[in-house]
Amino acid sequence: MNESFNLKPGQINGETGIWEMVIGLEIHAQISSKSKLFSGASASFGAEANSNVSLVDAAMPGMLPVINEFCVEQAVKTGLALNAKINNVSIFDRKNYFYADLPQGYQISQFTKPIVGEGEIIIDLDDGLQTTIGIERLHLEQDAGKSLHDQHPSKSYIDLNRTGVALMEIVSKPDIRSPQEAGAYVKKIRSILRYVGACDGNMEEGSLRADCNVSVRKSGEEFGTRCEIKNLNSVRFIIQAIQSEAERQVEILEEGGKINQETRLFDTSTGETRSMRSKEDAHDYRYFPDPDLLPLEFSDSWVQKIRETLPELPDLLKKRLVTDFGITPYDASILVEEKDYVDFYQKAANGKDGKLTANWMITELFGALKKENISLSNSPISPENLGQLIALISDGTISGKIAKDVFAEMMISKKSPSDIVKEKGLEQVSDDTEILKLIDKVISENEDKVKDYLGGKDKLFGFFVGQVMKLSQGKANPGIVNKLLKDKLK
Amino acid sequence: MMSDLLKFDLLSASIALKNKEFSSLELTNAYFKAIEQTSALGAYLEIVKDHSINMAKASDKNFKNGTARPLEGLPIGVKDMFCTKDIKTTASSKILENFCPTYESTVTQNLWDDGAVMLGKLSCDEFAMGSSNETAARGNVVNPWLKNSKMSPGGSSGGSASAVAARSALAATGTDTGGSIRQPAAFCGITGLKPTYGRCSRWGIVAFSSSLDQAGPLTRTVSDAALMLNSMAGHDKKDSTSANLEMPDLMNYLDKGIRGKKIGIPKEYTQDGISDDIVKYYEKSINWLKEAGAEILLVSLPHTKYALPVYYIIAPAEASSNLARYDGVRYGKRNEAASLDEMYEVTRGNGFGEEVKRRIMIGTYVLSSGYYDAYYLKAQKVRRLIKEDFDNVFEEVDYILTPSTPTTSFELGKKQDPLTMYLNDIFTVPASLAGLPGISLPVGLDKSGLPIGIQLIANSFDEPGLISTARVLERSAEFNFIADGAAK
Repeated sequence: MNESFNLKPGQINGETGIWEMVIGLEIHAQISSKSKLFSGASASFGAEANSNVSLVDAAMPGMLPVINEFCVEQAVKTGLALNAKINNVSIFDRKNYFYADLPQGYQISQFTKPIVGEGEIIIDLDDGLQTTIGIERLHLEQDAGKSLHDQHPSKSYIDLNRTGVALMEIVSKPDIRSPQEAGAYVKKIRSILRYVGACDGNMEEGSLRADCNVSVRKSGEEFGTRCEIKNLNSVRFIIQAIQSEAERQVEILEEGGKINQETRLFDTSTGETRSMRSKEDAHDYRYFPDPDLLPLEFSDSWVQKIRETLPELPDLLKKRLVTDFGITPYDASILVEEKDYVDFYQKAANGKDGKLTANWMITELFGALKKENISLSNSPISPENLGQLIALISDGTISGKIAKDVFAEMMISKKSPSDIVKEKGLEQVSDDTEILKLIDKVISENEDKVKDYLGGKDKLFGFFVGQVMKLSQGKANPGIVNKLLKDKLK
Repeated sequence: MMSDLLKFDLLSASIALKNKEFSSLELTNAYFKAIEQTSALGAYLEIVKDHSINMAKASDKNFKNGTARPLEGLPIGVKDMFCTKDIKTTASSKILENFCPTYESTVTQNLWDDGAVMLGKLSCDEFAMGSSNETAARGNVVNPWLKNSKMSPGGSSGGSASAVAARSALAATGTDTGGSIRQPAAFCGITGLKPTYGRCSRWGIVAFSSSLDQAGPLTRTVSDAALMLNSMAGHDKKDSTSANLEMPDLMNYLDKGIRGKKIGIPKEYTQDGISDDIVKYYEKSINWLKEAGAEILLVSLPHTKYALPVYYIIAPAEASSNLARYDGVRYGKRNEAASLDEMYEVTRGNGFGEEVKRRIMIGTYVLSSGYYDAYYLKAQKVRRLIKEDFDNVFEEVDYILTPSTPTTSFELGKKQDPLTMYLNDIFTVPASLAGLPGISLPVGLDKSGLPIGIQLIANSFDEPGLISTARVLERSAEFNFIADGAAK
């Protein structure tokens, strides 16, 4: 059992040895578009049931889909951000199946020729290491409606508001080897989507969901049979579901059993997965090109135009922050996690000590916001005010210690640090005569200790500094106190 | 008096209305009399008399104010495949028996915007699947020719063709997927034009096979077809497959002639099984075109023999998916059942007729995994070859002349075998697969007195040339017969 101590994430120590996980993710990201993929109906979340349904969405006879160009742009933008191949010609296919919340009797998706081909992203792991995960493809497709089975004892209700909403399905290669990597991958995809503005990444509202394909194998062996866990809507659940599914598979295999290829659901209450349908029950979707839509075609120059609108993406941005602001790669990776963070940081650090700003933002500000459960966008401290605080520290107006008090006050009153410093008279005292007065007082009150110090007890120096600082209520400039004390006690 | 009004065709009625020889209301009322008189033919599923009269009165006002539009005051019928706002639209199917759209198809809206008066909805084969109008849920439509023999009007636009031939509509809309305008036009001795795929918007037309469906006019004359198609056609942003091309005013091409033009006679279309009378009139037609100054060339469309099999894979494949929406959940017929799957089964089982079910099953089969490559994918490849055949031939010739059908009309109930029925479309299907415009016009009667249709096929978007050429044939053929079952 000692071995387990050295297990890497994603490894399972079984009776027969160490197993590793092979994971591939399909992320469904709702495109931040006002209207749906093929109709003009609103794609907004939370509207009254069946209020955002056009004739096309309800699949009335003779209705035809018309592609929403904005959504195509978002897919291309995302593809570029994933360092992926953009396919100038792609095809929409019909995926045919019957369900009450699928009015057309088919979902319009892309099967053989997706809009975006292979790409790759770099993910950051907790131990500061990075790894590359391949992207298989990205395609556009329609969302289905919602069936509500719990509203009536014998009836199901259908809400078609989501019907036809534009989704991007981003499929990874089976390059992921641990639940933690899967979590980091989802976070990275979400961050990229937010940077390019293609998806709000809001997992609670369902605008980002993931299906996880999980299998296990002994190191060096072929891929095992996989199971797909459907519809996970938080990073935490993704990590839990993969871990529990992999453990289930190891248990079966070690007992001499076989894994059935199947679709499974994650039960958030038990933390375990359960079977939804087996491969034998899988639908035959009868994919074929949708004859209502022409192939989606665009030129290189159009793609180039979109490329030019791309914002600075996290990986490059991270490098630039390290160079421009002199911060550590670790701090930089935290700051680029969200576009909000880095925007805030760059405003705050503008013309200031970059390192100090990063420290204050990551430790103090993030800590305080987390404690109060406030998002950065609602922070009571503006980037400008944080920057001002950093400037006050840097130019010696206040000490780091006082700065913490000012910061606490800023969190409550939203006032600027200079106002707080002024109101409360917290300016650091750097005037020699002022400080000398305090030093004289401390010396006269501690003649014995002065004697001891002069007799060789060097350690007492710190005591004198502390006393002077205390007397100044923390406002004395510690550097000057040090220097003057040394002169005085020669 | 009434019968005098029925003598006017679309174009001459339009001129007479402008000259105030009679009013649109008088003309419309004459047609309601005719509808009554010919009701035994079963062409109309729905008559909207109050609506028609209001439209006619509005047209008369426009004539009075001098603001008449191209089709002002002309009463026409609409195939039941076109969704018409607040007017029942069933595609001749039980599954849509009480369906009333809240919207108007682009093509019919174009017609009303140009002043046409709507008489009602015309029967067709269920979901336009059929060549005899026998698959209509509400029963057969009868061809007005040899009315006592109860002949088929053809299909799927059988109601439209029957009504125009019986003079219970001045003209009618149709849809053509594999011949559904041209074949019934041939059977009923009228003109039927299937435009280039993409000419008319498919928005609001109940879909059968999306890559083939195309709306077009059924009329008494070639000029009428030109006049009506002028209004029906046009780019529509709501249909992604609609062509963004301006259509020239077809009325400018009525008398252009065909001197110096080349007409192709495909050798693959002169096969066994064509009736002698049709062969005779085909040869006559060739001569008429030659006499009018055209050069006749023998051409080859080598993949013609695959057209029907390809059609009967692609059209059912698309139909099986297009008809999935008739599931009893949101509109149309629903048979209640204990579970969702059972509800689908009974609703669709009772709602669809035999032919529709047959095609849904064929379509589902050819798209199934394991069969897709062998059927659907191969059919798409052959479809491309068929299109290339035409492209090659149109390098040499301007138009292609063929019979419209291998036989004239047959008695209702006579062709029970679906495969024999499918052979009806053997001459119309290839142009459909290639997306090309085609027109059928009557050129004579066979021994038993049934009309014979001849088909002209043009290159993509050459409807103007198609009209010029058809007019030459029309003038030579001098087909002035009227069906014995027509309104008098």
